[in-house]
Amino acid sequence: MSEPAGFVVAAVLAIPALSAALLALLPDDRTSARLNAVASFLTFLCAVALLAERPSPGPFLIVDDLNVAFIVLSTFVGFTTSVFSASYIAHELEIGRLTHAYLRFYHAMYQVLMFGMNLALLSNNVGLMWVAVELATLTTVLMVGIYRTPAALEAAWKYFLLGSVGIALALFGTILVYLAARAVVGEGLDAMAWSVLVERAADFDPALLNLSFVFLLLGYGTKVGLVPLHAWLPDAHAEGPTPISAVLSGLLLNVALFAVLRFKIVMSANPGALAPGPLMVALGLLSVLFASFMLYRRQDIKRMFAYSSIEHMGIVTFAFGMGGALANFAGLLHMTLHSLTKSAIFYCVGHIAQVKGTQRMADIRGLTVSHPVLGWGLVLGVVAIAGIPPMGIFMTEFLIVTSTFARQPVLAVLLGLSLLVALGALLARLNGLAFGDPHGSREPAKASFVPVAIHFALVLAAGIWLPSTFVAWFQHVAALLR
Amino acid sequence: MDQLALDVAHLLAGGLVLASFMLLYQDRMTGLINTFALHALVVSFSVAWQAYIQQAPHLYITAAIALIVKALVIPLALHRIIVRLDIHRTIEPVVGIGQTMLAGIGLVALSVMVMLPITAQAGTLAREDLAFALSVILLGLLMMISRRNAVSQVIGFMSIENGLILAATGAKGMPLVVEISVAFSILIALIVIGIFLFRIRERFETVDIHVLHEHRGEQP
Repeated sequence: MSEPAGFVVAAVLAIPALSAALLALLPDDRTSARLNAVASFLTFLCAVALLAERPSPGPFLIVDDLNVAFIVLSTFVGFTTSVFSASYIAHELEIGRLTHAYLRFYHAMYQVLMFGMNLALLSNNVGLMWVAVELATLTTVLMVGIYRTPAALEAAWKYFLLGSVGIALALFGTILVYLAARAVVGEGLDAMAWSVLVERAADFDPALLNLSFVFLLLGYGTKVGLVPLHAWLPDAHAEGPTPISAVLSGLLLNVALFAVLRFKIVMSANPGALAPGPLMVALGLLSVLFASFMLYRRQDIKRMFAYSSIEHMGIVTFAFGMGGALANFAGLLHMTLHSLTKSAIFYCVGHIAQVKGTQRMADIRGLTVSHPVLGWGLVLGVVAIAGIPPMGIFMTEFLIVTSTFARQPVLAVLLGLSLLVALGALLARLNGLAFGDPHGSREPAKASFVPVAIHFALVLAAGIWLPSTFVAWFQHVAALLR
Repeated sequence: MDQLALDVAHLLAGGLVLASFMLLYQDRMTGLINTFALHALVVSFSVAWQAYIQQAPHLYITAAIALIVKALVIPLALHRIIVRLDIHRTIEPVVGIGQTMLAGIGLVALSVMVMLPITAQAGTLAREDLAFALSVILLGLLMMISRRNAVSQVIGFMSIENGLILAATGAKGMPLVVEISVAFSILIALIVIGIFLFRIRERFETVDIHVLHEHRGEQP
């Protein structure tokens, strides 16, 4: 690795790792929440520096056009979530839902999670990527169960078992990829290095690759939350602390999808192998259809937005499965905007649930009257996530549906229809939540609105005007995905 | 590679599949845990044998981890847990033992039919090992869905992991096998600690929809 850029890559991993150790040792909560935010901000700065200069790929780490986009997004949302988390956690401490000891654990785990995700994104070795995804999963399991209520423990246990099974399947797929590569590349680290795999994939045994992709798609797909492997996702989102819901939806699902994409690129580099597209299209469309109908009967506000995450990960998987320059571009942009929007929604929802003391939607009414900023923030978020113009998600959904129309009209109709179904569900719920006579506590919320505002500004900007350098960059990445 | 070395490797891998079947029909907690210890013992012998015939000394570490953690420490801890949590009586399977065994035989046939044709290039050792490993993984999955009890689900998961270790060591020269087995051991240790700390007896056991909905906050 070249000197300064190699140092920056090391920093993206070392800052979260070191601050995790430090946060585990520090007793004071006020400083630790701040330190958490500062560390996340520094990681974000280092990630941005990777845009300018990147090191040459090593046996374990790689920075390329694809993962740099994910890393910048991931560290950015990681930073804004840490700012939100500081005010959220202060309230949890006040009402005694969390004790000081748990808080120390929480902050340390937050940074371990960041470390795991950055490592998964940066790794060039498919085995290392697997270990990193496992680490990220474990930390989120621990944090989902942190409230220790029966419901939280059940959610954590379910997530644990399903996540572990998914991860086990992904490992079997990884072993098969190694076997396919070993016949061509030879034994050793090279046969697991992703950069080598892509270069030599054309000579791999197609049958072995096909089988491995099925396992990898099912394994990492469990972590993406694709139907029918999604059962853990709504519980984990609803029962854990809200910052974790934001990170799960906004980041961890992306990381798992990123793993699938890495292997998809290997698959499409082999002419004899099964086309990975149709499998992803099928799983994606199934997720969108299922989740949009499931949105209707939700009673719990966090659970509803968790189903909305399943829907949007389905849309993104569908887009990447369709492939082609336009669909890939739209899929990538949609994933970015979904991360920003969904995490901002969870910031609002977190404060709303704290002020009202409940997550039941029936008990939350008239937010725009009682808490104008939070209420209108939620309205803006739902408008954005439902795909109403002028927010950016409208544009990407429009691109995905129209580009599909040109190639597979039936699929486009199905996708468009389920998007409308989801829109109806979200707007119907929003009406009750945001408008009408206020219900419950009217105390002002001690919230931090800056992260919410930044996220929505970005999403709105994406819908109105995308800078041409940004478009060129994303188009380049989309071309990589084939 | 001489024939005897291959035969012993196949014997051990086949023994692991057999141990997986034994796990399927255990109806008492203590029996289940002891059978799992046997399962882990077989996998550790199998890995040690692979280390010997592949001349890959680092695999001895994996074998040692399997032997110490999974054949000794985890079973002892589980024995303590079931006594403490008072769940050392019989296990209620969701489906009958007979059907489970039949399904298991079907799964083994499936994995042999899937793996053998496509791994023709992978070399004789890896070929059968992968078929056996996939059988162990599928049998473990079957066990996880056919039991309600948290401890037996965990044992099902650990048997899946043993199958994965078998596959990883069978893939000659695979890097990071030791690291992966360490990562898995941490995972398992956490699961076991989780059961103990949170006193999870039976999750998802209730057939009472009302209780389930209350847990999920879905009650209208």
